[in-house]
Amino acid sequence: MSDWRPQAGPARPHRARLLAEVRGFFARREVLEVETPILGAGAPLDPALESWRAEAPDGSRGYLQTSPEYPMKRLLSAGEGDIYQIARVFRGGESGPRHNPEFSLLEWYRLGFDHHRLASEVVALIHELCACVPGWQCPDPSVRQVAYGELFRRELGLDPLAATSAELARVAGARGLTIAGELDRDGWLDALVSLVLAPGFPPDRLTVIFDYPETQAVLARPCVDRPGYAARFEVYWGDLELANGYHELTDPAVFRVRRARDLAIRRARGQEQPLADPWLEPAMEAGLPDCSGVALGLDRLLMRLLDFDDIRRVLDFPGGHA
Amino acid sequence: MATYSTNEFKAGLKLLMDGDPLTIVENEFVKPGKGQAFNRVKLRNLRTGRTLEKTFKSGESVEAADVMDTEMQYLYNDGEFWHFMVPDSFEQYAVGKAALGDADQWLKEQDVCTVTLWNGEPLSVVPPSFVEMKITECDPGVRGDTAQGGTKPATLETGAVVKVPLFVEEGETVKVDTRTGEYVSRV
Repeated sequence: MSDWRPQAGPARPHRARLLAEVRGFFARREVLEVETPILGAGAPLDPALESWRAEAPDGSRGYLQTSPEYPMKRLLSAGEGDIYQIARVFRGGESGPRHNPEFSLLEWYRLGFDHHRLASEVVALIHELCACVPGWQCPDPSVRQVAYGELFRRELGLDPLAATSAELARVAGARGLTIAGELDRDGWLDALVSLVLAPGFPPDRLTVIFDYPETQAVLARPCVDRPGYAARFEVYWGDLELANGYHELTDPAVFRVRRARDLAIRRARGQEQPLADPWLEPAMEAGLPDCSGVALGLDRLLMRLLDFDDIRRVLDFPGGHA
Repeated sequence: MATYSTNEFKAGLKLLMDGDPLTIVENEFVKPGKGQAFNRVKLRNLRTGRTLEKTFKSGESVEAADVMDTEMQYLYNDGEFWHFMVPDSFEQYAVGKAALGDADQWLKEQDVCTVTLWNGEPLSVVPPSFVEMKITECDPGVRGDTAQGGTKPATLETGAVVKVPLFVEEGETVKVDTRTGEYVSRV
C-alpha cells in the first residue's frame, strides 16, 4: 500500500506561508497569540457538535476540544486583552470533501468590538492574506453583506422567525429539496441555508450573513435592535462557510438557560450527554468583558486560496490516513 | 431487517427505497458549523437504471436491499429468456431482456458473467470485460492500407458490430473490450 505517503505536497509550502502571514497580521494589530489545552475535562453541550472522548489507562477521562472558545474566554475574564490562537480542533462524525475530523481553527477575540466590526476585520484579514502570494486566489473586493432575516425574505419570501416547519418544508420542496427524516424548525432553516441559499452565493465574492435567529444564537448575545435575533455572523467565500462569530454573550444567567435547553435537546434526540465544562460559567460570573470573537477554518481558507474543491488536497494525512 | 445509518453510507452500498433496490453512486456530507448535518446522495435505481438525488438528515437509517453479485456461466437463449448457472451449485436463473439490457451482444455460451440478484431475482448482467468472438461478416481488407490505421465495421457471431483494423478478415477471431465495445487484438 502506498497510503502511508503524505497527500498534500503541492499545498504544504502554502500552508506554512499562510500560518506565517496570519501571525504577521495579528502581530501588526497587537493581538497576542495564546495556547490553551486541547484536552479538557468537559465539553460544550451544543447539540450540533459531537466531541471526541479521550480516556487514559488509569481511567481518567476528558474530551478533545471542538474549539478553543471556553479557555480563551477564561483568559479574557482574567483580564487578558485581544487574543488569538491557531488551534487543532476535533469534531465527531464530520468527514467529507469539506470536513475533516481534525482541522486547524483560527480563533480570535477583540475587546469592545461588536460583531459588525469583527466581521469587517475577518474580511480585511482575507483580503490582506490573499494578496501575499502571487497565484493565490482573491475574492472580489466588494463584499455582500446581508441580514439573515433579509436573506430569507428576499430569496425565499419567508420570515425565518414566523415560518412553521411545514412552511419551510414547502418552500424547500418548491426549490426541489425534499429531505428524508424529521426536521425541526431550526433543522429546516439550516437545510435552506446550506442546500438552497449558499449554493447560489456569488462564487468569487465574500458573503457576510449577520443577525441569526436567537434559537441559533449559541453564545451570541441577543440583538438589541432586532428582537428575536442574536448578534451572530458568518462569512462565506462563494458557497463555502469559512467563519462564524459572535458579539459575545456575557450574561451567565442566559448562558445557563441556553445550556439547559441544549441538554434537553440532546436528551430528547437520544444524543450523548457529555460532562459539561465546569469553568466557563464561573468565569462569566467573574465578568467576561464586552467583546466579539470569531473562528475561521484555516484548511478551508487554504482550499479557496489554492482553488481546490476538496479539503483532502490541503491535508497531508486526512481522516482515514491519520 | 438490516438497515444502514447515513454514517455508513458509501459508494456501492445497496439500499431499498420505495420498494426499489438502489445503489449509492456518490455520498456527500453537508453541515453548517453550528447546525444540522445532511447527507446528499446520488443513487442509481438498479431495476430501472435511472439515477436520482436524495437528501437525508444525518443519522437516519435506511433499509438495506438484499442485493448480491454472483458469478454465473451463460448457458443458452431460448428465444425469450437467457439462462445462467451458478457453477458450484448448478442453480439456474432465467434472465429477461429488461434485466439483460445491452449485455446480450456480448454473451457467448460458457462465458462467466456477473449476475446481480435482488431477493433471488436477476436485476442485471455484466459480461466478462474481454470476450473472444468470431467475425461472421466484414468487407475484405484493402491491400496496402495496413499502415494507415484505418478501420472497418465487422459483425461478430452474436450480432455485435465493432470497428476492426483493415487487415482483419472474415472468419478470424478477435478480442473485444465489452466495457467500451472496442477491438483489442486478433486472437
